[in-house]
Amino acid sequence: MAAAVETLPAPASLQSVDQVEVEDRARLFASRSIKRAAKLWALELAVRCTDLTSLEGADTPGRTATLCAKALRPDPEDEAVPPVAAVCVYPAQVGEAATRLRGSPVRVAAVATGFPSGQMPRELKIAEAAEVARIADEIDMVMDRGAFLSGRYDAVQEEIAQVKAAIGDRHLKVILETGELGGYDQVRHASWLAMAAGADFIKTSTGKIQPAATLPVAVVMLEAIRDYAWSTGRAVGFKAAGGIRTARQAIGYLVAVNETLGDEWLTPERFRLGASSLLNDVLMQRAKERSGAYQSADDFSQA
Amino acid sequence: MTTPTVAKTAKLYIDGVFARSESGRVYPVGAVNVPRASRKDVRDAVRAARAALPGWSQRTPYNRGQILYRVGEMLEARRSEFVAVLGGGRPAGREVDATLDALVYYAGCADKLAQLGGSVNQVAGPYFTFTIPEPVGVVGVVAPERPSLRPLLEHVAAALCGGNTVVALVSEGAPLPGLLAAELLATGDVPTGAAALLSGLRAELLPHLGSHRDVDAVDAVGCSDEQRRDLERRAADHVGRVLSGGATGAAPSHRLALASLELKTVWHPIGV
Repeated sequence: MAAAVETLPAPASLQSVDQVEVEDRARLFASRSIKRAAKLWALELAVRCTDLTSLEGADTPGRTATLCAKALRPDPEDEAVPPVAAVCVYPAQVGEAATRLRGSPVRVAAVATGFPSGQMPRELKIAEAAEVARIADEIDMVMDRGAFLSGRYDAVQEEIAQVKAAIGDRHLKVILETGELGGYDQVRHASWLAMAAGADFIKTSTGKIQPAATLPVAVVMLEAIRDYAWSTGRAVGFKAAGGIRTARQAIGYLVAVNETLGDEWLTPERFRLGASSLLNDVLMQRAKERSGAYQSADDFSQA
Repeated sequence: MTTPTVAKTAKLYIDGVFARSESGRVYPVGAVNVPRASRKDVRDAVRAARAALPGWSQRTPYNRGQILYRVGEMLEARRSEFVAVLGGGRPAGREVDATLDALVYYAGCADKLAQLGGSVNQVAGPYFTFTIPEPVGVVGVVAPERPSLRPLLEHVAAALCGGNTVVALVSEGAPLPGLLAAELLATGDVPTGAAALLSGLRAELLPHLGSHRDVDAVDAVGCSDEQRRDLERRAADHVGRVLSGGATGAAPSHRLALASLELKTVWHPIGV
């Protein structure tokens, strides 16, 4: 049942990453001065690109319902704030989320394939992905880091391709968990493997281990997406997740995407921010820009 | 023979760090360049004070008293330095002594506020209620222009002893004693972020302190009537309190500590 896997391009496209250059670029992206109207525009885009996430053992249908309400109307006092892109939950919460979001533009994303470790027999991972794909619009699968780190790259790709085949036309995001890969070269390699195996999105992290998403890692992945688009013509999306808590960080990612891939990537179809506490900080920044007064977290609902 | 001297750079005290203003600006006070805090310094200080609030308010009042007492010990140990920065001579010495008195007073006050401000209330019913003072939250302190040390530390200590965290604006015209006092807070074991000291231009900083929705109260002891009215207008939007208790020259009083507390009344059945 091995699905067709594109062959890896020539090694030249996987050349080593220049650590100093990448970290310096990331530093510059993070320090751009985005103010006033441009900031309001960026904050609105950040909301539209957010995957509002709750991945806790303590998630209940009630909490998922709250999360969905927040996703549909992030700021109850300001209807100008658009809904987020998607709600991202565990498989057990997908039914509740789908019920709450039916008929809305907010999509349902579910993590699958033994999230967060991915240490599960492959048949079960594929079965899990196929099961949640009956309801969810988007599947966030975890890459098999065990296979990647032991050099079984073909197994990594084969598994991604099989999951892709099992979920049909659902959107597949592949979580690389960059904090476990060991370095920028491996991040670039893993990005390439995932894209070649059919990923619609590549995603930095599960959010369950440290370090999660960092801007330099994002730059490496974005450059891999750019090189892949140049060599194959296929546009792959990027999702940053884990540890993104402030509007300032989010704007740093928007700048990195814009300056590495261009503004065709600045849409929810090609760029996502996975986060839970980020949304409120964005809303607070928005309110600050509009009213001039610094805001209190007490005034914003918990999702 | 001359002794080589190292001139000390005047710094703000935000989130437990001695820092220049994020804006990089300074203003001259005599021959010294003093940091001119920006609205973003205020924002950072309030954020740190908010983060420090649960830890500080949940310490035992006794422990808060111990820490304020230690701040006093630090001042005592550096008495001559403070006398010098206050201009030297008898008046400066008296101000340092009065400051020390105030610190010790509020250290002792910390574990007595529940008795001084609380009560057990008789009600017509098979239960009784009792009232306990709780910290209002993040308190902004606007210190008077002069004297530049005692009122500042007195009002900071009064707010701290009840469990509030503090963002204080030191005297604009004589900021050096206030900024030096940050070293007492840092070595006196006041937790990181629980007290911030900022120097800068009142006219620039007060509107942002007053309208900041995360500032629960502002102690306007050093404000003019006009400034106080402006603070009240701004704070009204988020139901912040503007405190005006405590005259600049008054002796330390537990009333000042109680001013930054709010009273919570809960009921309890009798005989259970």
